[in-house]
Amino acid sequence: MDKNKKNRLEEKLLFLSPSPHQKSGESVPKIMWTVVITLIPASAMGIYFFGLRALWVMLVSILATATTEAIIQLLRKQRVTVYDGSAVITGLLLALVLPPAIPFYAVIIGGIFAIGIGKQVFGGLGYNIFNPALIGRAFLQASFPVKMTTWTPTILQQKSWMNAHKVSQATSNAVDAITAATPLGSFKFEKTLTPYIDLLWGNVGGCIGETSAIAIIIGGLVILFLKYADWRIPVSYLGTVAVFGGLFWLINPQQYPDPLFHLLSGGLMLGAFFMATDMVTSPITPLGSWIFGIGAGVILIIIRLFGGLPEGVMYSILLMNSVTPLINRYTRPRIFGERK
Amino acid sequence: MKLLTFRKGVHPKEFKELTEHKKIERFPTPREVFIPLFQHVGSPAKPIVEKGMDVKKGQVIGESSGFISGYIHASITGKVKTVDTFLHPLGYSDKMVHIVATEEGESKVIEEKRDLDKLSGDDIVSIIEKAGIVGLGGAAFPTHVKLSPTRNKKIDTFILNGCECEPYLTTDYRMMIEFPEKIIKGIQIIMKALGIRKSYIGIENNKLEAIQIINGYIKDYDNIEVSVLKTKYPQGAEKMLIKAILNREVPAGGLPMDVGVIVNNVGTVAAIHDAVVYGKPLIERVVTITGDGIKEPKNLLIPIGTLVKDVIEYCGGLTGNKIKVIMGGPMMGIALGSLDVPIIKGTSGILCLKDDKGFVEKVYPCIQCGNCVSVCPMFLIPTRIAHFSKKALYKEANDYGILNCIECGSCSYVCPSHIPLVQYIKIGKFMVNRLNKKE
Repeated sequence: MDKNKKNRLEEKLLFLSPSPHQKSGESVPKIMWTVVITLIPASAMGIYFFGLRALWVMLVSILATATTEAIIQLLRKQRVTVYDGSAVITGLLLALVLPPAIPFYAVIIGGIFAIGIGKQVFGGLGYNIFNPALIGRAFLQASFPVKMTTWTPTILQQKSWMNAHKVSQATSNAVDAITAATPLGSFKFEKTLTPYIDLLWGNVGGCIGETSAIAIIIGGLVILFLKYADWRIPVSYLGTVAVFGGLFWLINPQQYPDPLFHLLSGGLMLGAFFMATDMVTSPITPLGSWIFGIGAGVILIIIRLFGGLPEGVMYSILLMNSVTPLINRYTRPRIFGERK
Repeated sequence: MKLLTFRKGVHPKEFKELTEHKKIERFPTPREVFIPLFQHVGSPAKPIVEKGMDVKKGQVIGESSGFISGYIHASITGKVKTVDTFLHPLGYSDKMVHIVATEEGESKVIEEKRDLDKLSGDDIVSIIEKAGIVGLGGAAFPTHVKLSPTRNKKIDTFILNGCECEPYLTTDYRMMIEFPEKIIKGIQIIMKALGIRKSYIGIENNKLEAIQIINGYIKDYDNIEVSVLKTKYPQGAEKMLIKAILNREVPAGGLPMDVGVIVNNVGTVAAIHDAVVYGKPLIERVVTITGDGIKEPKNLLIPIGTLVKDVIEYCGGLTGNKIKVIMGGPMMGIALGSLDVPIIKGTSGILCLKDDKGFVEKVYPCIQCGNCVSVCPMFLIPTRIAHFSKKALYKEANDYGILNCIECGSCSYVCPSHIPLVQYIKIGKFMVNRLNKKE
């Protein structure tokens, strides 16, 4: 071998790293930003039904969560990882579970609380026990109960109200001040059912991103297809709500709503596809996912049917979050070749 | 037809097209070889040659030094320059026999023809041991040990592992296409040695040509059957293969022989054939040289002990300046820190990868996605085990079944946080084994 050739080969810089040397190409930012994208249909429907104010609530919320994350990371002298998208998801999800008329200062407080107390005190991404967006919402629910239960009618509802009452655009500005009940509230307190088509489409009062079941399902199916969410969780959560809720309906149809109404109303769809499936706060074992979903479903029905509030999605998920570490511990799969 | 497979696992991109249509070429006799005395699982061989001695191709230069050990032979004819420590591909320095070629051109292996019918089972196993045959799939477990099951274990089935589930590698595929007769005969030799009635040849369905050719050759044998397997990683892991073909589950901590099965890879069976029929020891092997970092990817028959550097040069050299050279496949192979290391018996491939995507991936905290749990073919919880290992909680790691890990790397492959899970687990396994030994 001639000397030149040999030297050329030795000049090459050899890179060392442990196996495997080929990867799936998945990454945390890719997952997070994909979830943000799959929330666009639900967000767009929120803007369509509640107007530009809904968009502002989203932007303010995202700004609050992202800024809080960056500030805390700077204070703790950590690398700022806002670009990984996880704080953006928290901000967006928080906005989607707030009433459209919520004051901006409340949104900001909720965002700070969601990231600060819901995520960073536990150590940041991956270490939090509870879904940060729901922690933010729970705080707002406790601190601003009235503002959190003041619902505005959708723009379409306002128009039909105006037509029915033959009022002019000028007087209709007062409509903003009019409160509208959510479908769950109407049923709980007045025993009136909202038409399914309105529930599916989203032309009902409620939180910004919770009303349009169809938009949520579209985005939800995408993350299930991409395996960015465990399909077992929405299936078991929704299934339990339908079966357990249906049981009460069979016993007394006057007193309790039917399963389809349960599934389509309130925040259940958003909760089932985007909140309960949060990777960080849901179990990692397949059996654990079933237990998590079933548990959340049972809690939801109990709160909805017997609680003081018409809605129970937030508490059902937060309560199951709290037992996730326990579920993980006791649902260790059987090791290949192990005899139990 | 329903394809056979196991549960879980991953589907990495294959990249086999680089070499799958390239005929196996003979690598020219190198001017020097460095033959490690430690090329197999178990204890290293004892050197029986000294500096200055003349050796012939195929001559024994290292003797087996225990039950789990192997013989080592000279792979070229020449003079022993020295017996000393040199860089080993596994990353440390170890004793090797440095032989410099003296004869020009091809020299003949010491060969003896044998009459297969006159050999007993024990004769066959002893020939395999003397020929220094180890598992050529990568793990390099001495084959004669595998073929000497403890008396109370009745072996009823032999499985030829033709999966080659590692991306890029095509040695087994090419051998099945080019030497099917040798492989079938090798299977019959093993069946004879152990009195086995039934054999299966497991081939993934991305190797259709091999399936066709092998099927053509076994038409007349009703005790050998091809099992077409789903292309999936790690389909070639013994336990996965046995589960897929026979639906038998090797007990945790056990061996294939516990469920009456022996598994060997294609290259190993071909080597067994050559040893038993021609008396040829294991002095060369087929290696796939591939990847986007090499000029001309090839399948080569290379003498053991040839330096990786010489092999790479024969294939036109490396492309790009920052490069990763891996011994083995991309899933389980070892990145080389120097090209001055020899090809050993367990070397299935030399994979050269160019740094175009960036080798360094940012590591994120575990986001509890459970991807590793959903791919682990041993049904472990890699994230927990890796965590325990990282925190030196070896008792917990053991309780969570760390010793069952087959180190396939599927967990690290799918981890979106790019945590080197299998690396932590390997370290943990080492520590747990050490602590268990002490007790």
